[in-house]
Amino acid sequence: MVLGGKSQQLLSKIATNDKHGENSPYFDGWKAYDRNPFHPTNNPQGVIQMGLAENQLCFDLIEEWIRNNPKASICTPEGLHQFRNIANFQDYHGLQEFRNAMANFMSKVRGGRVRFDPERILMSGGATGANELIMFCLADPGDAFMIPTPFYPGFVRDLCWRTGMQLIPVHSDSSNNFKITREALEAAYKKAKEDNINVKGLIITNPSNPLGTTLDKDTLKSLVSFTNEKNIHLVCDEIYAATVFSSPNYVSVAEVIQEVEHCKRELIHVIYSLSKDMGFPGFRVGIVYSFNDEVVNCGRKMSSFGLVSSQTQHMLASMLSDENFVTRFLKENSRRLEKRHDKFMKGLEEVNITRFPSNAGLFCWMNLKSLLKEPTFEDELKLWRVIIHEVKLNVSPGSSFNCSEPGWFRVCFANMDDETVDIALNRIRAFVGRETKKPLGMKRWQPNLSLSFSSRMFDETAVMSPHSPIPTSPLVRAT
Amino acid sequence: MKLLSTKATCNSHGQDSSYFLGWQEYEKNPYDEVMNPEGIIQMGLAENQLSFDLIESWLDKNPDVPGFKSNGKSIFRELALFQDYHGLPSFKKELVDFMAEIRGNKVTFDPNHIVLTAGSTPANETLMFCLAEKGEAFLLPTPYYPGFDRDLKWRTGVEIVPIQCTSSNNFQITEPALQQAYQDAKKRNLRVKGVLVTNPSNPLGTTMSRSELNLLIDFIKDKNMHLISDEIYSGTVYSSPGFVSVMEILKERNDLKDCDVPVGDRVHVVYSLSKDLGLPGFRVGAIYSENEVVVGAATKMSSFGLVSSQTQYLLSAMLGDKKFTKNYISENQKRLKRRQRMLVSGLQKAGISCLKTNNAGLFCWVDMSHLLHSNTFEAEMDLWKKILYEVRLNISPGASCHCTEPGWFRMCFANMSEDTLNLAMKRLKAFVAAESNDNACSKRTSRRKSLSNWVFRLSSRDHREQEER
Repeated sequence: MVLGGKSQQLLSKIATNDKHGENSPYFDGWKAYDRNPFHPTNNPQGVIQMGLAENQLCFDLIEEWIRNNPKASICTPEGLHQFRNIANFQDYHGLQEFRNAMANFMSKVRGGRVRFDPERILMSGGATGANELIMFCLADPGDAFMIPTPFYPGFVRDLCWRTGMQLIPVHSDSSNNFKITREALEAAYKKAKEDNINVKGLIITNPSNPLGTTLDKDTLKSLVSFTNEKNIHLVCDEIYAATVFSSPNYVSVAEVIQEVEHCKRELIHVIYSLSKDMGFPGFRVGIVYSFNDEVVNCGRKMSSFGLVSSQTQHMLASMLSDENFVTRFLKENSRRLEKRHDKFMKGLEEVNITRFPSNAGLFCWMNLKSLLKEPTFEDELKLWRVIIHEVKLNVSPGSSFNCSEPGWFRVCFANMDDETVDIALNRIRAFVGRETKKPLGMKRWQPNLSLSFSSRMFDETAVMSPHSPIPTSPLVRAT
Repeated sequence: MKLLSTKATCNSHGQDSSYFLGWQEYEKNPYDEVMNPEGIIQMGLAENQLSFDLIESWLDKNPDVPGFKSNGKSIFRELALFQDYHGLPSFKKELVDFMAEIRGNKVTFDPNHIVLTAGSTPANETLMFCLAEKGEAFLLPTPYYPGFDRDLKWRTGVEIVPIQCTSSNNFQITEPALQQAYQDAKKRNLRVKGVLVTNPSNPLGTTMSRSELNLLIDFIKDKNMHLISDEIYSGTVYSSPGFVSVMEILKERNDLKDCDVPVGDRVHVVYSLSKDLGLPGFRVGAIYSENEVVVGAATKMSSFGLVSSQTQYLLSAMLGDKKFTKNYISENQKRLKRRQRMLVSGLQKAGISCLKTNNAGLFCWVDMSHLLHSNTFEAEMDLWKKILYEVRLNISPGASCHCTEPGWFRMCFANMSEDTLNLAMKRLKAFVAAESNDNACSKRTSRRKSLSNWVFRLSSRDHREQEER
């Protein structure tokens, strides 16, 4: 098929522009990984995937639960009698027991300090679908949402691609620990107004991706009061809520609004998913929880475009309503994340790599400014290519997160086993060791790389999507 | 400032239509053989509940699959992590093989050209996002599935312009009707990007003829536009003339490459397992296209509604069992045929006929125009309400399907037991009988009335004329 102008004209702008954001470096690194994926025995020199925020630390607990609870599946002899009812169930309200279990789980994750109403729980195709859905409900094409930087690169696609919405970055930097200040918000809001942009709300991720930190209560309260005051929405993406492994404790926006006087609850919405907390990205469980009745009503109808498979709803209804299991899981999950985080941090400290202090998430925000020749994004990208091709680690450059200062990198640590962490740390040690030994005047590294971005623009076969990092998965190898 | 988006506050989701209102009434008072024998029988839902036992028996014989095991080894972790929007390769392969099998293997599909979506609902919406801008239009033959008003238009801003089909030729698409629709769009200043058809048709329950398909191909070739063929009922064809997919026509013709963009790049098929396999809860849909740019864009968009990996895995095992699929397809069709015959004969006993070309789907397109008190949609709505509240059957009025002629209704037959269907027919027969009695009474009353009027007029004239009458 010839990709000519005539062919392009037959398709929509959305189909042919690149607002899906997949030409950003965030996705580019996966290409290098996919071509040469690390495997401890088959390919020990391959690229280690550290760009994928997955939680692989607790599968054993879940597998054990599944083995012990055959009724939770509609395909086992114990559960087969429910097959036809579940297979037939396409009601966009979702299974009642699923919503009850989700509400319960979400409450437990927040230490029981807040209760969620199952009637407000809407399903969607993962958090990806949930974020798009809430924007369709709150914003018209051309409207804008403010978003603090650095932020998850996928938001450009999720929030803006098909909705026609635009993002207004509210910059923060390391000088004040990337805090979201009232001044910054006010300034961004004012400028938007001057530019005649209709700001419909503010979206935050708490715990933060990529920072790996939780917001303190005061900051949250100030965000609530700011948005309330301007009569705009506050969307809180809380998909990392159960990955908090050390103090300060997690505070959800749902908790805060209980304490804010005269809070306009109809402006508050929470996005959730089981992809990070439980490590189930494949099951596509996204949730929109809104305190606004109209949004719940309309959002529920829209959820038809991405309902959760009833087979999955049924299994999770059973799993998440098992109180003992949930308590044990959440505790053990935090413990293992903390252990993994501490191991990784220690390794970085040994080579004087600083990182942003974090208490949550599946990654750390690494400071590699000292390795940049110039404090520019160009040099950041150059360094990034070296890390991928020479150090053989796929990490994510801060520029892909819209970070306002160069030199930061997000490194994921929960998607591999302990041995691979050791290997990754060794490689980092070796690389930093080499770099620091070079005389200062000399160029730090010679990028001999022919990787270019522009050739990828129309290379459809190179399109990336989140992959399982396990290279020998029988699923990927299927006939 | 408006708090919510326009989409959130308008009603383009179409759920104020009677199609959905009937469901609401059903929810309030649902029939149950034991608990609520006077309740409303749901005949407005096109579900296939006739062949679950075949699937359950397969599951019984294949215990490895639910245990997340492959060759005895646990693959739970890989499945839980698998979120690649390219889909599980084994599932895509089995799905396209299944699609080919349904088409008698007269066409084959390339697994690299299939995009998995969470049901056909997002498949159709995604194609709109890929093929049209806000404010552009697609032509759809009427009557059509009421959900299209939501799926195609709501969030995309795309318009639907109807191709008016009539009972005079069993609602088939004609060239004049196509051209008229095109002109209608022009008058409304709408740029038409393509035609979307459902084949087999919902609500007609008929397969498209070869000549209709060729007509459509000619039309889109000439006008340089797209054709979407929603073939989600392809496995429910139970009698002749048999199913012909648009993909077959494309294969047969050799005049389709001599245009700016080959016709093959402008034809896209939508599929789903909700109707053929009766698994609407699992949310398994697909877009098939030979157009790589469409496949690329749609694949990225599928991120908003991927198929759960555990479901993909289960179904790849099931559909990979060719003995199972062969048996399922033929047995399912037999059962559908039998059930349709029951409905048709039950309707006949009530003096009601349906579309004689009905050979597919999970429903009949029923003609109750003779029961209308006037040939209007108001009368159709009155009749529908009577059937809903008095007869206690939820059926779908033609108006909700944008039918141009009043009096047609869609009645589903595959989502209930035989006993329930018999009961529904009994109720309907009783209703029709009562209605005709009433009509006869009121006719007698009105005859008496007009007689007495006449007598009144005559009283001042000649008595002998009255005696002769």
